[in-house]
Amino acid sequence: MSYLDNILFAILLIVGFGFFALNVKKIIRNINLGVDVDRKDNPKERWKNMAMIALGQSKMVKRPVAGVLHIIVYVGFIIINIELLEIIIDGLFGTHRIFASLGTVYDVLIGSFEILALLVLVAVAAFWIRRNGIRLKRFISSDLKGFPKKDANYILYFEVVLMTLFLLMNASDLHLQNVPGGFSHFHKAGSFPVSQFIAPIFNGMSNELVMLLSEVFWWLHIAGILVFMNYLYFSKHLHILLAFPNTYFANLKPQGQFDNLASVTKEVKLMMDPNADPFAAAPVDENAAPSKFGASDVQDLNWVQLLNAYTCTECGRCTSSCPANQTGKKLSPRKIMMDTRDRLEEVGKNIDANKGVFVPDNKTLLNDYITPEELWACTSCNACVEECPVNISPLSIIMDMRRYLVMEQSAAPMSLNAMMTNIENNGAPWQYNQQDRLNWKNEN
Amino acid sequence: MSENLVVPTMAEMLAQGKQPEVLFWVGCAGSFDDRAKKITKAFVRILNRTNVSFAVLGTEESCTGDPAKRAGNEFLFQMQAMMNIEVLNAYEAKKIVTACPHCFNTLKNEYPELGGQYEVIHHTEFLKSLLDDGRLTIEGGQFKGKKITFHDPCYLGRANKVYEAPRDLIEKLDVELVEMKRSKANGLCCGAGGAQMFKDAEPGNKEVNVLRTEDALEVQPDIIAAGCPFCNTMLTDGIKHQEKEGQVKVMDVAELIANAQDL
Repeated sequence: MSYLDNILFAILLIVGFGFFALNVKKIIRNINLGVDVDRKDNPKERWKNMAMIALGQSKMVKRPVAGVLHIIVYVGFIIINIELLEIIIDGLFGTHRIFASLGTVYDVLIGSFEILALLVLVAVAAFWIRRNGIRLKRFISSDLKGFPKKDANYILYFEVVLMTLFLLMNASDLHLQNVPGGFSHFHKAGSFPVSQFIAPIFNGMSNELVMLLSEVFWWLHIAGILVFMNYLYFSKHLHILLAFPNTYFANLKPQGQFDNLASVTKEVKLMMDPNADPFAAAPVDENAAPSKFGASDVQDLNWVQLLNAYTCTECGRCTSSCPANQTGKKLSPRKIMMDTRDRLEEVGKNIDANKGVFVPDNKTLLNDYITPEELWACTSCNACVEECPVNISPLSIIMDMRRYLVMEQSAAPMSLNAMMTNIENNGAPWQYNQQDRLNWKNEN
Repeated sequence: MSENLVVPTMAEMLAQGKQPEVLFWVGCAGSFDDRAKKITKAFVRILNRTNVSFAVLGTEESCTGDPAKRAGNEFLFQMQAMMNIEVLNAYEAKKIVTACPHCFNTLKNEYPELGGQYEVIHHTEFLKSLLDDGRLTIEGGQFKGKKITFHDPCYLGRANKVYEAPRDLIEKLDVELVEMKRSKANGLCCGAGGAQMFKDAEPGNKEVNVLRTEDALEVQPDIIAAGCPFCNTMLTDGIKHQEKEGQVKVMDVAELIANAQDL
């Protein structure tokens, strides 16, 4: 009977991690719906980017207030996870504070966890005020209407609950450690710079009651962590995991360099080849390029763009730096990422519901989520790409969708069609004769 | 009345069996736009003065395809690119300088994969190298003591990380170089990029060029320096919109240098 706790704990862990593994599998499946793009080159540079940008948070601090607050929560998250290791071992083997034998090191560890937990609470409070009190523009924009706004607050509440449970767990433990003559298995271990001030609330309660509470806090804490982990899949909070692969696989080329569509290159070369036989049957190519130019739906995007969509945490720095958005246009780079993820989720559910095959649902990312009006407002200035703390590129999705509009649907705005006709006819976006290109030399 | 600019073409050079030090890619704006032609000429005056051996393609030059590509027309872009590459390769062009960041970015980044491998530099980088080599001297002249702010073109700055060359040149003019609240990597677009130059803006509450002009006017400059013919147009329009054309001028870095020395 004494193993009941351990068995229960093991089941809790298996269920928690099991569901999480299923969700991760689904994310990987969905990301792989995208077309292939090679991002294996230059691993050194890629590791460096991941270390600097994801681990080192180098782009976060461009906005210092949010940046510093975020680093606190981030460091708290990483460091306090060391404590999680102890909790798991204790839970599985019925030990109590197994790492206590580390002595002073343990005291320092627990002490720093506590201080971090307190700092996280302060930072989370500040984040909540920024969202709900000060109401910063990027947090109240229409992109976040409905679930995204609630989602952001749920995550903050989760953090508060988890940190509070952690501190209460320590406080009750400390209270029992200090029972004169000792009590049960609560040996002296750890230092408690924060929870020592909470411990007095247990004064006057029976030791048995405090022990029960302590166990309740302990169980709720670990259960809360597992629930939070499983909530990630449904929330914008996946960035805590995906920021790492996302920064690794991000584009390394100059921001101004847009990819040259290989399928187009082939056709253009054929067109310009004087020896090509215009009546020859098109060669059958096993690895033929996709028959579609540009992207109208998530399956036409590449897997890095889809990874981008899952990684986006909807901070809105992109949108707040977007010239189109700042001047009241409908375009919001953040919304481009959110729409891409929403549509990808929809396609994923469709595949789940239809035994692994996508059944056309008469919807596409283009039009049903992202309108041409948004796409045409982009100046391709790369401000959104520059701003993103985890190197997401909304611009690449915008460009791929413009390509679809122009090359598949001939649906460019009329003035752009005129510009392109001019380039075709006279080699300039305006109606000037190419033969007049050097006239400036002799003009005054 | 011509001002006696010496502008050899690649064809003329080839006929004389010569290869210039650098090919000057003028670009469509630099060739046809009235405002941008002044920038082209200012740059040529500097090249002439410093005895740089250069040549243009002249009537053999064609649009790089940048606006077509940003508009989504990859076909047209690649057609233009391959035709231009054929011409450039026929002349065995090695080094290309251009005063347009859009041409610069396209030639530098997007042509190599299609068979066009050149060393491509922006005219501010080229002028900076002339300065460093002692071939160009810059004096303040009429601009001495003036307050100048530099607007970073997106396709020069963020797109290719060229931030210092234009600033180094401006500082040589003995002027007060002031930065706008958003500059370098954080610079705000003028509103022309991504083929916006050739279409009306989508409905909104302001024009991007007006917003950027407000950024510039905040630092109360005498001159807004630009390094892109399209930014130049957008900011000039923005200044007109604010009815400040009497007080503030928009000038290209090449014009500043040429005019300072009454070239």
